[in-house]
Amino acid sequence: MSERITLDYGSGGRASQRLVKELFVRHLGNPGLNRLDDAALITGLEGPLSMSTDTFTVDPIFFPGGDIGSLAVHGTVNDVAMLGAIPRFMSCAFILEEGLDMGDLNRIAASMAGAARDAGVSIVTGDTKVVPRGAVDKIFINTTGIGSVIANPSPSGSSASPGDLILVSGSIGDHGLAILSHRQGIAFETDILSDSQALNHLTVKLIKEAGPIHVLRDPTRGGLATTLNEIAQQSGVELLIEQEVIPVRKEVEGGCSFLGLDPLYLANEGKFICILPEKSARKALEIMRSDPAGLGAAVIGQVREGRKGRVILRTPLGGHRLLDMLEGEQLPRIC
Amino acid sequence: MCLAIPMEIISIEDNVARVEVGGVKNQVRLDIIDEQAAVGDFVIVHAGFALRKIDREEGLETLRLFQEGLGLELIK
Amino acid sequence: MNLLNKFRDPKLCQNLLSQIKEELEDEFRFMEVCGTHTVAIFQSGIRSLLPQGMVHLSGPGCPVCVTHDREIAAYLALCEKDLLVATFGDLIKVPGPGGRSLKTAQAEGARIKVVYSALDALNIALENPGQRVVFLGVGFETTAPTVAAVIKMAGKQGIKNFSVLSFHKLVPPALAALAADRQISVDGLLLPGHVSAIIGIKPYLFLAEEYGLPAVIAGFEPLDILQAILVMIRQKHESRARVENNYRRVVADQGNLRAMEVMDDVFERCDALWRGLGTIPGSGLAISSKYEEFDASKVYGQELPLVEEIPGCKCGDVLKGLIQPDKCPLFDTRCTPARPVGPCMVSTEGSCAAYHRYVL
Repeated sequence: MSERITLDYGSGGRASQRLVKELFVRHLGNPGLNRLDDAALITGLEGPLSMSTDTFTVDPIFFPGGDIGSLAVHGTVNDVAMLGAIPRFMSCAFILEEGLDMGDLNRIAASMAGAARDAGVSIVTGDTKVVPRGAVDKIFINTTGIGSVIANPSPSGSSASPGDLILVSGSIGDHGLAILSHRQGIAFETDILSDSQALNHLTVKLIKEAGPIHVLRDPTRGGLATTLNEIAQQSGVELLIEQEVIPVRKEVEGGCSFLGLDPLYLANEGKFICILPEKSARKALEIMRSDPAGLGAAVIGQVREGRKGRVILRTPLGGHRLLDMLEGEQLPRIC
Repeated sequence: MCLAIPMEIISIEDNVARVEVGGVKNQVRLDIIDEQAAVGDFVIVHAGFALRKIDREEGLETLRLFQEGLGLELIK
Repeated sequence: MNLLNKFRDPKLCQNLLSQIKEELEDEFRFMEVCGTHTVAIFQSGIRSLLPQGMVHLSGPGCPVCVTHDREIAAYLALCEKDLLVATFGDLIKVPGPGGRSLKTAQAEGARIKVVYSALDALNIALENPGQRVVFLGVGFETTAPTVAAVIKMAGKQGIKNFSVLSFHKLVPPALAALAADRQISVDGLLLPGHVSAIIGIKPYLFLAEEYGLPAVIAGFEPLDILQAILVMIRQKHESRARVENNYRRVVADQGNLRAMEVMDDVFERCDALWRGLGTIPGSGLAISSKYEEFDASKVYGQELPLVEEIPGCKCGDVLKGLIQPDKCPLFDTRCTPARPVGPCMVSTEGSCAAYHRYVL
């Protein structure tokens, strides 16, 4: 029987100290974290800064293509990056359920360490709490990230202007489908992997080489459709999207077809939307397609005056319809 | 109502077939399908059950009739 | 050649559309009675491409939309017992009396599990012998045989902790009620392909014979739908009404006899309540006494609670095709996808929700 997390590990006593030193510092250690002071001392970070926080509660905690640890790094790194910044430092706070397998926690911490290394960020401060069985589901992780903004002006959801082209960095819905395929009562077999990955290397390259970028957003929960609607509302513009050119893997289409879901509303954890002037679009597409994180990039539509806050989808048949926001989560349906 | 989609049978064991669409695989029951289904057949799947075998010839025939009706070149 | 791709081919569809435009004289009102048709017509963009004069009406074709308030109330009452309730995702957000739904029941502590198949619900019961599991049975003739087959499996395996609360409904009796309603003016009916895969063509023949209504069984690809529309228009021109099967790759004229046998073994016809349409004789499926140990209405003594009607909601008129969704006084004012009043707004394939979600 493997070792399990007990309430002692969150007590602040020796057990807590052991957990921090022997597990977290061992995996995530760096000069900042190793000091184990009450707070991290940060130097050399030039403003303006981009800062973002997110809490991760994904179920299952290990999924094809990733786990809650790497996701907690990628999610926050990507959010910081979408402001046109280079993510540098992160905090991370764990809420652990009593009884969590120590081996699982080790795997998660190791995975976080790898993800942070790849993204070029240091986890410099953290916290651990253990709560009684049932109070959380296995493990929840909060991460906060901070980095220097290099884009001027910084991209924003409210900066899309008529005439701009809309690009996505790759196939849509992979993460959502990979997670669904492991849900009880729905499970099916697929080789599809979550697209969970850090996007900051690619976004930084774009900012440096593709000229001014108006909008950078990662379409996570709610999927592409929801994020496009948010942009249309924030910028007060209409977006026209060509359904046929939106990259969707055949597995995602297949899985969606029998569950009655729409890939455009499935979560992504390693894709971004980039909106920029038409004249820079070609260059941007080239940069994206030559990077491993943007191989499947495509131009999917254009910003126009139209009616404010509206997203219109042109279907393969040539018809037009509204691409609306969903009210809540998508559920598998039989009709 | 009734979302049902065509999936291809890749193996059969007793009353359960493994089926595939776009690389996604699932299991479906064969308790209510009315014809013997075989590996390679396409079946219409609804809520975990195969409802009917898809008749490819009938599908082609529909297209053909339609083509005649409109004087179009649909099938090459 | 990929057969399915042919049925989605944009060029072929364009050809069909121009043909429809050419042959259409003044107005043609067609009604589909299948939520999957509703969604397909909106989602593919067909609706925006139909020529002026083609009026598309969504009838009572979504089992969620026609689930009566009293039935929802019965589901919600079950949630208050010490049970695990398994349901298709479709039902989760449907508001019952007082705006309560399975989702709110879940927030209040009810144990509710979304499943893809009734079989998944049976498996949950198998894996948790100490847990009583009730499956909420909704759906038309397509779904009912799958639930019947699962009940038979439960019987064979002697499973004691599984039952079904059946509010399954039948399509032809509802069509008969619609056709007999003099208020309704429809030139043709698009018949539901997958219900037809089970029941075949015969149960629809009365539509042409007694009411002179053209009716066409259609599949769900754009080409299937457009082709069926053209067939209906031609029937009208020739002043003849026939019931035609245009989905032969899936629907045999005699239907699926085996599935009907399974369905008839487990269920018996009963009168059923339809939202907006009221009681329709012989339009429901109750679990027969032979399988009563799996009938949650008997096992838990769950009857249909009496509820008050929703004031102002025109779901009934929408389902009958008397008005388009936006003509309901509640549409997009008091009734939105965020706070639906009637179930036509709740289900993603409900007429009002589809209208709200897709129409420019």
